[in-house]
Amino acid sequence: MKKIDLKKLLSNQLLIPFTAIIILCIVNIIYDCVNTDAAFFAIETKTNNSGFTVFSGPLITILDNGSELAILAIGMTLVTAASGGQDISVGATIAIAGSAMLRVLCGGNTRPETLAAPIIVGFLVACIVGMLCGAFNGLLVSVFRIQPMIATLILFTAGRSIAAWINNNELPIVPDPKFAYFGSFIPGIPIPTTVFIAAACIIVAALLLKFTNLGLYTQAVGINESSSRLNGINPTAIKFISFIILGLCVAVAALIKVSRLSTINYSVIAKDIEMDAILAVALGGNALSGGKFNMWASILGAYIIQFLTTTLYRFQVDSSALPAYKAVVVIILVVFSSPVVRDKLSSLSNKKKALKKGVA
Amino acid sequence: MEENRVLEMRGIEKSFPGVRALRGVDFSLNKGEIHALMGENGAGKSTLIKVLTGVYTKDAGSISMQGAEDIQIHSPQDAQNVGISTVYQEITLCPNLTVAENMFIGRGNGRITKWKKMNEDADKILRSLDIPAAATQQLASCSIAVQQMVAIARAVDMDCKVLILDEPTSSLDEQEVEKLFKLMRDLKSKGVGIIFVTHFLDQVYEVCDRITVLRDGTLVGEYAIADLPRVELVAKMLGKEMDDLSDIKGENAAYSGEDAGDLVFEANGLQSDAGIKPFNFYIKKGEVNGFTGLLGSGRSECVRAIFGADRVIGGEVKMHKKTVKISKPLDAMKNGIAYLPEDRKIDGIIGDLSVRDNIILALQVLTGFFKPFSRAKAQAFAEEYIKKLNIKTASADTPIASLSGGNQQKVILARWLLMHPEYLILDEPTRGIDVGTKVDIQKLVLELASQGMSVTFISSETDEMIRTCSRLVVMRDRKTVGELSGDDVNQNKIMETIAGGEAKS
Repeated sequence: MKKIDLKKLLSNQLLIPFTAIIILCIVNIIYDCVNTDAAFFAIETKTNNSGFTVFSGPLITILDNGSELAILAIGMTLVTAASGGQDISVGATIAIAGSAMLRVLCGGNTRPETLAAPIIVGFLVACIVGMLCGAFNGLLVSVFRIQPMIATLILFTAGRSIAAWINNNELPIVPDPKFAYFGSFIPGIPIPTTVFIAAACIIVAALLLKFTNLGLYTQAVGINESSSRLNGINPTAIKFISFIILGLCVAVAALIKVSRLSTINYSVIAKDIEMDAILAVALGGNALSGGKFNMWASILGAYIIQFLTTTLYRFQVDSSALPAYKAVVVIILVVFSSPVVRDKLSSLSNKKKALKKGVA
Repeated sequence: MEENRVLEMRGIEKSFPGVRALRGVDFSLNKGEIHALMGENGAGKSTLIKVLTGVYTKDAGSISMQGAEDIQIHSPQDAQNVGISTVYQEITLCPNLTVAENMFIGRGNGRITKWKKMNEDADKILRSLDIPAAATQQLASCSIAVQQMVAIARAVDMDCKVLILDEPTSSLDEQEVEKLFKLMRDLKSKGVGIIFVTHFLDQVYEVCDRITVLRDGTLVGEYAIADLPRVELVAKMLGKEMDDLSDIKGENAAYSGEDAGDLVFEANGLQSDAGIKPFNFYIKKGEVNGFTGLLGSGRSECVRAIFGADRVIGGEVKMHKKTVKISKPLDAMKNGIAYLPEDRKIDGIIGDLSVRDNIILALQVLTGFFKPFSRAKAQAFAEEYIKKLNIKTASADTPIASLSGGNQQKVILARWLLMHPEYLILDEPTRGIDVGTKVDIQKLVLELASQGMSVTFISSETDEMIRTCSRLVVMRDRKTVGELSGDDVNQNKIMETIAGGEAKS
């Protein structure tokens, strides 16, 4: 029998996120036993508004609604690791990128009959705008050495009014039903499109980490900038690139968010999503002061947040009280992943071992 | 206690786990005297200062101040109360407050709430000390020298009898140093005793009255400035007598400069923004040479300029007689130059990364962003060098931060050797590591040179330099003052050249 090294397991970064998911599953199963009419793991087929047969159920909801956050967690992890700070302008830049996309697709009309430009052009414009916002933040952080939170505070504050200004504060509606596919279902495919988009982003991130030195450079810069420079790495460029990548993630998230409604609400779209993205990074056990990171733990963290939200909704928690409940769970998770508690746990397991030895 | 003594320290002892930092050190300071405290790195200067200012508590010995026998100083507050004030190398004031606020903050006399009076008082003090600053000016808008002076003014106003200046001049230019010296002389005439810690010999001979020399935690002696020529001061700091010629050069006779091969690297009038004067330098294939000089003489800055670690602002460099441009470390690496930095913790290790990642880093960067090594290849590289350099680590996965200093240094060395450089620069590779590893590293340097690598070796320990280098560039006060090769590479010659100026007298 293969022995499991308890200490190694305890120090694994994925332990806390996985444990959290398991506990959330158990809580849901218990709830199902009490309420016989509910089934957490059931995936039903049902006909949606457009008349297509699609899958539905809590698990699908989690995967669907957690997509934007998972995508943003990729970029936020890199920004956190490289710069030792966070980008708080993510929600606002989603509004900007989404608004720019709408402007291109609707050509300045509020109720256009047809698309003014192909969807792909709209998306590419969103990508460029997202990367420009990232470049602006990245420039302030990497070249001018402004603290990330302060640098991104500018777009955090101004972003939503810039977004409104792009469309003269109108709310254009995209006429083409195809545009709505990105945020819902493609006819004939019962799985939400967002799941595929998130999977694609995660795969691209995985390839990027596997086939380039982005991971090594980013961690080196985050841990010791001076050493990295003397080893030929350009810390300014690495920090800048991390913000550009986050900008791309923002553009993809904007596509999903806008597609869900086929329009935009400047003050509400992706509200507070930056805080959830930062939380995802933290729940993954990554240090918010930068340095070493585990991308998969952050992505898991993003889905945990959505898992938690879905679970609380199932328990009929009032949506206005939701953040308070969420906060309680988050506190427990963060405390458990803190080094203090981890050390205590591993010393406890050591003691147990010593005791066993003493008995034997 | 003599009448004009203001401070007397007797038999001060201080140990840290594993080190006896001070062994029975005596020190005395007179009223109206500027007293230099000299010694190389690790001689115990800063420990003595910290005992005096209450940062450390002494293990044994006594401290007496004028009129108070055997006082106990347990905290910096205690030291301030008995009239001992310190001004450190780095400004420890608040740049965002005004000059007056900085002078009175934290002194609990309520003056900070009466703005008008506070500013008037501050102006009075500034005028009396002839400091070119206004009370209401923001501290950050003053030059570093003036900030330093404000710190001194604050100290003096706290009725201090003993003023400690810990390397106050290291970030000042010549005119600023002059201004500071004028202030020091003014204070001296007002009867303040000043302890002056510096690495600049010229400055010692310009302002000081007496010198106390420490070495390896023991007192070497206390001298009047007129009785101690520079060359003897250097000898006492380094712990070598002038006529001590016992060093044998036999073992590295094979690496003398003359019969070494082609010119590998050449610099003409190279200058960086780190404040060194333009210098010329060359190294041949298979040669081991070094920069020597006291701490702060600019030897590290020279090699940093060669590697492009500091911003190069002038001069020309050639590799194999072809002009190349080295403006950043990556340029140097592409030209086959490797650099092991002086400060391992700040510039060398990537603390949380594994030993493996730390070893492959330089070669990986050189190979390119889009060509990461496979895990197996990286592991093979790491294991090869862990074995070759006998690095003691649990595994290649262990974070480098958890290794001992000597093993961390070996990992950094492995990182550069893996790059197979043509020209290897080692800046203080043996600092803070155990004796066994020191010898290993010296042997390795000679072995690499015999295989055709050019090596520049810098060490605070002259013995090591003499054993390994066939040619030495001597630095003093941030410029090259001489070059020694062949039989001239010996203690006496080195000390003479370092001391300069008075050496012939």
